[in-house]
Amino acid sequence: MEIRLKVFRYQPEKDQRPRYDVFTLEVDPTDRVLDLLEYVHGDVDGSLAFRRSCAHGVCGSDAMRINGRNMLACKVLVRDIHSSEITVEPLLGMKVIKDLIVDMDPFFDHYKSVLPYLINDAPLPEDGKERLQSPDARERFDDTTKCILCAACTTSCPSFWANDRYLGPAAIVNAHRFVFDSRDTGAARRLEVLNEQFGVWRCRTAFNCTEACPRDIKITQAIAEVKRAIITGKLV
Amino acid sequence: MDKGVAAGVVAVELATGEIHVFHAKSVVLATGGHGRMWEITSNAYAYTGDGVAITLRKGIPAEDMEFFQFHPTGIYRLGILITEAVRGEGGILFNGKGERFMERYAPTIKDLASRDVISRAVYLEIKEGRGINGSNYIHLDIRPETVNKYAELDGRTHPDGTPYRVTAEEVLAKIPDIADFCRTYLGVDPVKDPMPIQPTAHYGMGGIPTNKLGQVVIDNQETVLPGLYAAGECACVSVHGANRLGTNSLVDLVVFGKHAGIQAAEYASGAYMPSLPADAEEYTRKQISDLMNGSGKEKAAQIGRELRKVMADDVGVFRTEEALGHAVEKVKELRERFTQVRVNDTGKVFNTELLNTWELGNLLDLALVTSVSALERKESRGAHAREDFPRRNDTEWLKHTLAYMDEFGRVRLEYKPVKITQFSPQDRVY
Repeated sequence: MEIRLKVFRYQPEKDQRPRYDVFTLEVDPTDRVLDLLEYVHGDVDGSLAFRRSCAHGVCGSDAMRINGRNMLACKVLVRDIHSSEITVEPLLGMKVIKDLIVDMDPFFDHYKSVLPYLINDAPLPEDGKERLQSPDARERFDDTTKCILCAACTTSCPSFWANDRYLGPAAIVNAHRFVFDSRDTGAARRLEVLNEQFGVWRCRTAFNCTEACPRDIKITQAIAEVKRAIITGKLV
Repeated sequence: MDKGVAAGVVAVELATGEIHVFHAKSVVLATGGHGRMWEITSNAYAYTGDGVAITLRKGIPAEDMEFFQFHPTGIYRLGILITEAVRGEGGILFNGKGERFMERYAPTIKDLASRDVISRAVYLEIKEGRGINGSNYIHLDIRPETVNKYAELDGRTHPDGTPYRVTAEEVLAKIPDIADFCRTYLGVDPVKDPMPIQPTAHYGMGGIPTNKLGQVVIDNQETVLPGLYAAGECACVSVHGANRLGTNSLVDLVVFGKHAGIQAAEYASGAYMPSLPADAEEYTRKQISDLMNGSGKEKAAQIGRELRKVMADDVGVFRTEEALGHAVEKVKELRERFTQVRVNDTGKVFNTELLNTWELGNLLDLALVTSVSALERKESRGAHAREDFPRRNDTEWLKHTLAYMDEFGRVRLEYKPVKITQFSPQDRVY
């Protein structure tokens, strides 16, 4: 089938302002949007820049706006777009560096601010091996372990668009992953960060994040659970 | 490198195109595998063997490159990995005639045989026209009715002795990511329809030769190159030998990565800072300039396609003298044509065309040493299966390949003995 692929272009060393290039391509309905971009990059215009690595929704590199919605280019097939015109644009709310590549540094700064690693200074168990956890306790935060840090959620959030100092859904999801981990003792420090001006209270439950997540994480619910933990002081 | 000692790393910053020199006493290479040289691969785009190619050009050999693992269950056409957990949960492989063909190849362990055995079985089924609809894939079936039927036939039980039976919900709970892949890329619900699969290039057992401390060793005497370490898939400490069991890549990462790090730190705390070569950046600048100023008569994308095809056709699950000889000649031709490639993006910021073209050059060099090493190894061992030499031959071939490449792209092979500790090689019988 024939597709009109319309791609946001911005080459910082040449362009005063962004433009759109249109590529008319003969494609297979089962091609990924990423395959189309790869074809353009390899055979038509090598200067087209985008991030990608695993190409099957695990590494989180190729989140972008596809026909207006945040998706991973490797996880959406042409046939699932139901349109012969595909518009590909960089994530909103981040500085565009080149074409589809945005500056991810602020996103990762927000991520780091919630201490996204296991905190537990207590001595190891007597056998010196693992800190055991029951399946139920593990299940408590299973959903938020699925995050691949693609930024599709944060850059779909109207509160983040309004003020990019808001830590955003992805950072809160990753805080949730440790706050509710029975082996972790750093919850109080994380909740303190998330209770500040640009923490969880900027969330107005628009649900855009939950819709955008390519891993189907129940993000809005996770944020609500963090809000509740801050109010009640209970980690259940 | 300076006078045979590691002196640091020259790096190109992707975001700016600037060249940086990291002057260092010790360097740890952890650059990953090279599975992108095959057409069907589970590997990410970044798996282009950069570290192995860099050291190869510095005169350091690549060890055991002919040993590359093909995982039997990749998603048809895409190569995305379907974990063997699917077979662990009771999934069964079927050919186009609806036969559970693994019964013929591994009568006792059947669908749970090791990866190389199943990959070869799948290849042979397809070759003999027993793919699904005569095509080049077979089915992996995890539908509960199939799992339960064969669990009953096999007399499979839970540890407590009760019969092993599953429901669709249980299957989906065990393999959520696989179910997601199937739905996304195949439009197949794995508890309702079987998954089309084919073998996929997965893991390099070979790489930069190291000893168990992660030190890079540059010859068959295991001479250490001071200050240089490697770990992970790019390294060949040879913990896997000619084959790898599932999950054991973590040994490369966790165990030998840790040792390489400890050794590198200890070495750096004692050693003098080596001097840098007079113009450390010169080699890198020339590499970039060659790629930017080629004639443009050849297209990198086309060379990449031809490389992946010849490696899949001739240096895949099964190999022969004729196919490997053809691959060596073809890769040489592609390397020659690669000198005519030109990067058109003249920008410095995120010049991914330059990056990807450079990566292709790395794959071409590694494809050459892989093909030459495989051509020379006239036996079948682990993941290296020769149709013309179907038996393992310990008398002549119980040895590691060391492939060196000179500046003209000529490959020279040496061999080093295998250290046998507790376990001698034996025939695998299922």
